Amino acid sequence: MKLDTNTINKIAKLARISLSEKEANDLLKDMNSILDWVEQLNEVNTDSVEPLANISSSTLPQRKDEAKDINSSDEILKNSPDKLEGYFAVPKVVE
Amino acid sequence: MEFKSINQLKSLIDENKISVKEIAQTYIKKIKEKKDLNIFIYFDEDKINNQVTEIEKLPNHKKLKGIPIAVKDLFCTKNMPTTAASKILENFNPTYESFVTQKLINEGSLFVGKTNLDEFAMGSATNTSYFGNTINPLSNKDNPLAPGGSSGGSAAAVAADLCLGSTGTDTGGSIRQPASFCGVVGIKPTYGLCSRWGIAAFASSLDQAGIFSKNVTDASILLEEIAGYDERDSTSSNVSIPNYSKQLNSKLNGKTIGIPKEYTVDGISDEINAVWDDAIKSLEKKGAKIKHISLPHTKYALPTYYIIAPAEASSNLARYDGVKYGFRADEAKSLDEMYEITRSEGFGKEVKRRILIGTYVLSAGYYDAYYLKAQKVRKLIANDFIETFKECDLILTPTAPSAAFPLNEKQDDPIKMYLNDVFTVPASLAGIPGISIPYGKDKNGLPLGIQLLGKHFNEQEIFNASFALEKDYE
Amino acid sequence: MSNLIKGNKYEWETVIGLEIHAQVKSNSKLFSNSSTAFGSKPNSQVSLVDAAMPGMLPVINSYCVEQAIKTGIGLKAKINNYSVFDRKNYFYADLPQGYQISQYKYPIVGEGKVSIDFKDGSSKDIRIVRLHLEQDAGKSLHDQNPTKTYVDLNRSGVALMEIVSEPDIRSADEAGLYINKIRSILMYLDTCDGNMQEGSLRADVNISVRIPGEQFGTRCEIKNLNSIKFIKQAINYEAKRQIEILEEGGTIQQNTLLFNTNSGKTKPMRSKEEAHDYRYFPDPDLLPLEIDQKIIDKLVNSIPELPDERKRKYAEDYNLSNYDASVLTADKYVSDYFDSVINSDNALIDSAKIVANWITTELFSLLKEKNIEISNSPISSEYLGKLIKLIKEDIISGKIAKDLLIEMFESKEDPEIIIEKKGLRQVTDTSEIENIVDEVLNENQKMVEQYLSGKDKLLGFFIGQSMKKSKGKANPKILNDILKLKLSKKN
Repeated sequence: MKLDTNTINKIAKLARISLSEKEANDLLKDMNSILDWVEQLNEVNTDSVEPLANISSSTLPQRKDEAKDINSSDEILKNSPDKLEGYFAVPKVVE
Repeated sequence: MEFKSINQLKSLIDENKISVKEIAQTYIKKIKEKKDLNIFIYFDEDKINNQVTEIEKLPNHKKLKGIPIAVKDLFCTKNMPTTAASKILENFNPTYESFVTQKLINEGSLFVGKTNLDEFAMGSATNTSYFGNTINPLSNKDNPLAPGGSSGGSAAAVAADLCLGSTGTDTGGSIRQPASFCGVVGIKPTYGLCSRWGIAAFASSLDQAGIFSKNVTDASILLEEIAGYDERDSTSSNVSIPNYSKQLNSKLNGKTIGIPKEYTVDGISDEINAVWDDAIKSLEKKGAKIKHISLPHTKYALPTYYIIAPAEASSNLARYDGVKYGFRADEAKSLDEMYEITRSEGFGKEVKRRILIGTYVLSAGYYDAYYLKAQKVRKLIANDFIETFKECDLILTPTAPSAAFPLNEKQDDPIKMYLNDVFTVPASLAGIPGISIPYGKDKNGLPLGIQLLGKHFNEQEIFNASFALEKDYE
Repeated sequence: MSNLIKGNKYEWETVIGLEIHAQVKSNSKLFSNSSTAFGSKPNSQVSLVDAAMPGMLPVINSYCVEQAIKTGIGLKAKINNYSVFDRKNYFYADLPQGYQISQYKYPIVGEGKVSIDFKDGSSKDIRIVRLHLEQDAGKSLHDQNPTKTYVDLNRSGVALMEIVSEPDIRSADEAGLYINKIRSILMYLDTCDGNMQEGSLRADVNISVRIPGEQFGTRCEIKNLNSIKFIKQAINYEAKRQIEILEEGGTIQQNTLLFNTNSGKTKPMRSKEEAHDYRYFPDPDLLPLEIDQKIIDKLVNSIPELPDERKRKYAEDYNLSNYDASVLTADKYVSDYFDSVINSDNALIDSAKIVANWITTELFSLLKEKNIEISNSPISSEYLGKLIKLIKEDIISGKIAKDLLIEMFESKEDPEIIIEKKGLRQVTDTSEIENIVDEVLNENQKMVEQYLSGKDKLLGFFIGQSMKKSKGKANPKILNDILKLKLSKKN
């Protein structure tokens, strides 16, 4: 068992997903079996292997420093479930 | 009325034997008749009719003028809402058109609707969609079958003749496996051949757009339209795109086809192995040389994939937070509560499972053991292919370990479900192109696909060999 | 100069490291093509990428990369030919992607150093750990609505350079000097506009205290300070707070703090209760940034003269003290002005110290009074040069020159023209001065007698009276000589 309920809840908190007790228990079972299963990678010797992050062999393309204002604020706010006075609105944050 | 190929329909249009309007009406009727299969998330007659006027204005040399195309609902489209089959994208109407769909529009295609998929393309049966299962059109009434996934809707749309081609995305097999299950052609090109711009991301280093079609020629026609460099995608490759369809050639003289021993795995039916043997013989007949090869790290591809893909997904899906678009739970009192309830209610079970796995493998103390380890094994898997392609031009394998299975059969055990991707995932990790074409049937008459893998950007070679197999199979 | 702080029991040393966030001067954002202009309507400079719309992808701005490299060169730092963009994952209202694209393991710039100068002429190196490129977040506004926080994404995605120092700083003053120096270098390089009010330059302060010679103490981080004044206040307050806790036998909790500019106190951030786990990993939407050595070499050659080089030049060529030179060179525009005064006339090269004084005292006070930047000074460098030359050539006195400067400041006129118009030219004609002196001595016979009987101090009185009669225009040296001569003759 890699995970316990505590860890699941901590991870869920990091991912901002609230879980019911039942969900947490189901996930615990699934995730533990998945983590046990991926454990087989430890059979592979990777001592001198460079990690591969992206398969693309080309170099990072760069663009010119040109400001093109193509999106209006209406367009940007269009799909927001809560917008007020030209802003996105969210429940009040206390810092 | 059934049209067999893009070329056939295109010449009818060119000769004024059919109008775009008639095509639209034909397909609207077909789609309505097959409504029970739940292939489309979005289908709107008016939206189809609206396109007709615009398309009819286009000159006939537009290569896809009037060709009915279905779009996986992971591609953002301006004229139709986009959901990624998730509640969290409720009411999302993009103000932009994805690179791939824009190219199809530019050539005059007629979009018939947005097809169902596994939520955020996470699944192998199109059964994690917020909008319900899609049923494989090849099922009989008593035994509904899964169309495969995640692009199950797009594969089913072609199989049910609701379009002549459709777009899909393939992260670990999401085009090739449903193509196999639905008996259609499905190609996942080289990573970077088609821009990812405007496609809701699942796993950025693996996601790649591709095509479903009724035959290899149509796939080659459609792929040459959607491929190409896009300066808005930093991983898009600046390579010239060959005219695949013009260069199709079924002669395989001088070509070497590799047969990897690691793809003979326990529990695979004799039927599948028999189809594989048939394909080998057929290629030999066309002049190819068969070589038995080894891809030693194949076995580790699935666990590698199920670390890397969820890790990237956990980050890619962080933007679905109820602030800028989509669903927001409104009962929350604080920002964090809003996030937690929105994401808990907005995402389905499989997506949440993968986000949590991904969050875990990237978290402090586990990164090296899981994520970094997986990236290193990924390197070895990619190297396997690079080495192997020094001695062969193409690799031939089965596409999936089974034919289409009954709906809901494998839902309980995630690992069992993940095994569906066993033959498709290695190529995804290596970023090489792969195709699945129908090549045989099982004892129940269900289609079985065969997979051809090629070198980076060598889609032409894949099309040619597929073309040869297809001719032989017909 | 001791940096130690006296507690009730011990003397304490403050140990400070700074993370400076400098906005890269560019037209468009780091990974999108929306504008970086300040002060626009909310959410009006937001691209689909900045708003993290589904399927949107980052493409890097080559100019921001160049700016970071240039800054690295200016910080005498190692430029890394290979660097990687990582995602720093966390949720916040003004972070639309749910992650910030930053550089973690492989930053674009490695170790460097900057030196700071003290009044006593000494200087000290502060080591730089790294500089990396990252995206700025948007802005949350908490006071616009009683139940909501508003989010403006105009800043979202703007390029920042994070410059991280070693904990080499030992006092609030040193921290101030360090930030000023960094700001100065950035402005010379034109890689950041240095505007702290608009938030183009902000700092996080890591601070701990220790008894000298002992190991570093537990540190606290004060977030997001945007003025040197507040940085100093925050450091002083926080150091005292930590010292009090430690002297009472307590321990310091590692914490993230906010500085309240009204109360002058630090307090823990409430929103950071849970431990962060940023889950950094290479951004799969981007490839590693590989920089050709040729590009770096080209940028090295494009680097303008920096404050330290100018400082050295001023000390060597003009004989200015290290501190004077550092004051002049701290602000590029001041230094440019100084150079331009000196270059306006070859004769001024020998008078660099006088030029420096006129700029840093008289001109500065006029500019400060009217809140004008030196780059907009009403007195052109050419005219200030002329003024100083007029003093040097005894055409006007220093006293008259000060009045003249005020006049030039208001009228923007050529000092020579004002002098002619107002007849301010210094009197060097000895016969004219002799006449004045005679008059003064005649009018004050009693004083003359007192002087002759030994009251030497009265010489000043005669000088003053004569100067007054000449309306300040008499050449002081000539006047002095004539007075002495005439008085001696009376003896």
